[in-house]
Amino acid sequence: MDLLYDTLFNGLAIGSVLVLAALGLAVVFGLMGVINMAHGELMMLGAYTTFVVQNIFKAVLPDALFPIYILVAIPLAFLVSGLAGLLLEKTVIRRLYGRPLETLLATWGVSLILQQFVRSVSSAFAIGLVLAVAGGLLIPRFTPKAWWQQRWTPLLGTGSWIVSGAVGIAIASALGNQRALDQPWFSARNIDVTAPTWLRGSIDVGAVNMPAARLFIIALTVIALVAVSWFLQKSVWGMRIRAVTQNRPMSDCLGIPTEKVDALTFLIGSGLAGVAGVAVTLLGSVGPNLGGNYIVDCFMVVVLGGVGKLAGTVLAALGIGVLSYIVGSGSLLLVWPAMPAGLNDLITFFATTSMAKVLVFALIVVFLQIRPAGLFPQKGRMVEA
Amino acid sequence: MDPLQMRKVAMRSIAGATAVAASLSLVACGGGEQASGDFDGEVKVGILHSRSGTMAISENTVAEAELMAIDEINAKGGVTVDGKKLKIVPVEEDGASDWPTFAEKAKKLIDQDQVAVVFGGWTSASRKAMLPVFEAKDHFLFYPIQYEGQECSKNIFYSGAAPNQQAEPAVDWLLKNKGKDFFLVGSDYVYPRTANTIMKEQLKANGGKVVGEDYLPLGNTEVAPIIAKIKQALPKGGVIVNTLNGDSNVAFFKQMKAAGITPANGYSIMSFSIAEEEIAAIGPEYLEGTYAAWNYFQSLDTPASKEFTKNFKAKYGDKRVTNDPAEAAYMMVYLWAAAAEKANSVDDNKVREALIGVSFDAPEGKVTVQPNHHVEKLVLIGEVQKDGMFKILENKGFVKPLAWNQYVPETKGYTCDWTQKRPDAGKYKM
Repeated sequence: MDLLYDTLFNGLAIGSVLVLAALGLAVVFGLMGVINMAHGELMMLGAYTTFVVQNIFKAVLPDALFPIYILVAIPLAFLVSGLAGLLLEKTVIRRLYGRPLETLLATWGVSLILQQFVRSVSSAFAIGLVLAVAGGLLIPRFTPKAWWQQRWTPLLGTGSWIVSGAVGIAIASALGNQRALDQPWFSARNIDVTAPTWLRGSIDVGAVNMPAARLFIIALTVIALVAVSWFLQKSVWGMRIRAVTQNRPMSDCLGIPTEKVDALTFLIGSGLAGVAGVAVTLLGSVGPNLGGNYIVDCFMVVVLGGVGKLAGTVLAALGIGVLSYIVGSGSLLLVWPAMPAGLNDLITFFATTSMAKVLVFALIVVFLQIRPAGLFPQKGRMVEA
Repeated sequence: MDPLQMRKVAMRSIAGATAVAASLSLVACGGGEQASGDFDGEVKVGILHSRSGTMAISENTVAEAELMAIDEINAKGGVTVDGKKLKIVPVEEDGASDWPTFAEKAKKLIDQDQVAVVFGGWTSASRKAMLPVFEAKDHFLFYPIQYEGQECSKNIFYSGAAPNQQAEPAVDWLLKNKGKDFFLVGSDYVYPRTANTIMKEQLKANGGKVVGEDYLPLGNTEVAPIIAKIKQALPKGGVIVNTLNGDSNVAFFKQMKAAGITPANGYSIMSFSIAEEEIAAIGPEYLEGTYAAWNYFQSLDTPASKEFTKNFKAKYGDKRVTNDPAEAAYMMVYLWAAAAEKANSVDDNKVREALIGVSFDAPEGKVTVQPNHHVEKLVLIGEVQKDGMFKILENKGFVKPLAWNQYVPETKGYTCDWTQKRPDAGKYKM
């Protein structure tokens, strides 16, 4: 019996990380059909936000407040990743709706840019970047209106970006000679996010040992899930999102601002990635490559669950969690010690973490052969295939 | 982003050149560049590490240590060969954490840049990728990382530890002081698997027992199943030997601490890939009380060690730490320069012959290159302290390297000696 509880808890623990990480993707991929390869990097931004919040608490605020920094980091990470996602939607994804392959490539490019950004961002770099973007946006405002109705206007638009870009680069290089401004904020090294003491211990319930960080993540996942389903089912904007998902042209005709809906959906999906980023700092390392560790698992969960269904995502994630725990820890051997030798060897063979992953992937492939649309396929008539 | 970086570099080098010109009289004591007028010529050496990708975190430090050694040698007048003072000019290439790229860049350094030697590599996978290139072109690689052994190439010198200079003494120490039941955890690639094979043989020979073994794919951060297995296999504490590499370590130690598998609860954890640099990244509070075996610790209390750390911090920033790989990288540049002076040539064949027997007062002490192209090194066992530094628990003195492992049945009795004029000098029965 203890073994059962132990398996359930650990499966739940692994699964809840997957749910949290995949939730944002379930929103953008499931509802909008956008293959967002930068999802992992949005998680990374959340993790870096946690790092910054932690350092601010350490440096500025009294020690007594330090234990709650992680609670402050959650909404901030939602905001940072959400805004980054919004920017991504406004600048890149908006232009690529309905072209999944291009979206895939573009978002992958964005993910590389984001990785390199956290590696090389320094004060000089940031000042140059902000000036370049501000210049590019502001030049049109401060030039005569008449210039913007000429045949050569497109040249002017490009030209203003080139000029402001060059100015930004020049300023960044000039400032880069100042040692203080040239120091990278994070650098390519992994950074150290320390969980507050109350999240470092564990609680024993019966024979099951429950690490506090895992309990925290499970709680966070439940809260995020409840919030997202409430939002989608009950709020006005949630209803609009679902309407657009089901039938975009009709929603448009009925006066739903579909562009705003797209932007909002992407903001929420990205923000959720940021929250997941906070959670994973409790478990693993935080570095520029953090996203790459999760992106494949996220897509696996969403596809297995059935695109467009939150319940499917949850069930798929928990299923994968329990299965990889049972296989990876070899606990089947404990339940049935008198197992025939052949079977015993087989289970022992798969009872390492890397082989368990292979087996779980193989089972998913087999499952998708039988049910290509996942656990919970979308029902009903879809206008957009 | 690239053009910006390039511009930055260009601007910086212009500024740098002006600064050098302005302060020519000052640089001599700063260990910086010298005016090329002081030299009679140049000798190019290749530096080939991952400056981008997953391995960049670790390999940057190694490349920086090599560049520091080059700067120091140049500041003292370079390499004197045939009565001429040669300035060492590093040619840097990025292996990009991608093993075929390492082979390609090695080719480029040999053919195009015609370097005298290549200092490079970190993972065994990158070394294995470069090895055929160096053997085919009969050229010269210097490799600075502790590795799994079972290799002895005529074209490679290994300044990191062979297993009998790190893993084996560490296991002996654990057996003697900490217990007989071992659980082995590693990343799923060549180094951990080979190291664990050796360890299993060694434990069998010395009365230890392997109660469990698990491998994690590189970069994986979900370690709950491993923790469950450790708890089943070692419910009351025991020895855990960790050969995880890279990011997985962070997940491993964070989650182990949460699950109560800590030194305080009777678990002795020994890691082979965690040095000062990694401790800073993982967080000392998770590692305090665990052990590591290396040939050098920053806390090694000798004048040479202090000098090395002081110079490294002065050059790269006060927050930086030195570690074993950086020290091995630093020493190999000096060993090469000493051998070139001994051979009175920078020709790679002559330098390789001259290298055997060459000594250098490295930060760890006086190291000597052996006939099997490995280096006799100091073996230290340390315990992680609160400040992220090691307390040295045991100093096993200098140990001669064995390329072919004596615990593994397939290589038992084999040795390697490149001073022998025999075709199978790399691997023959003693």
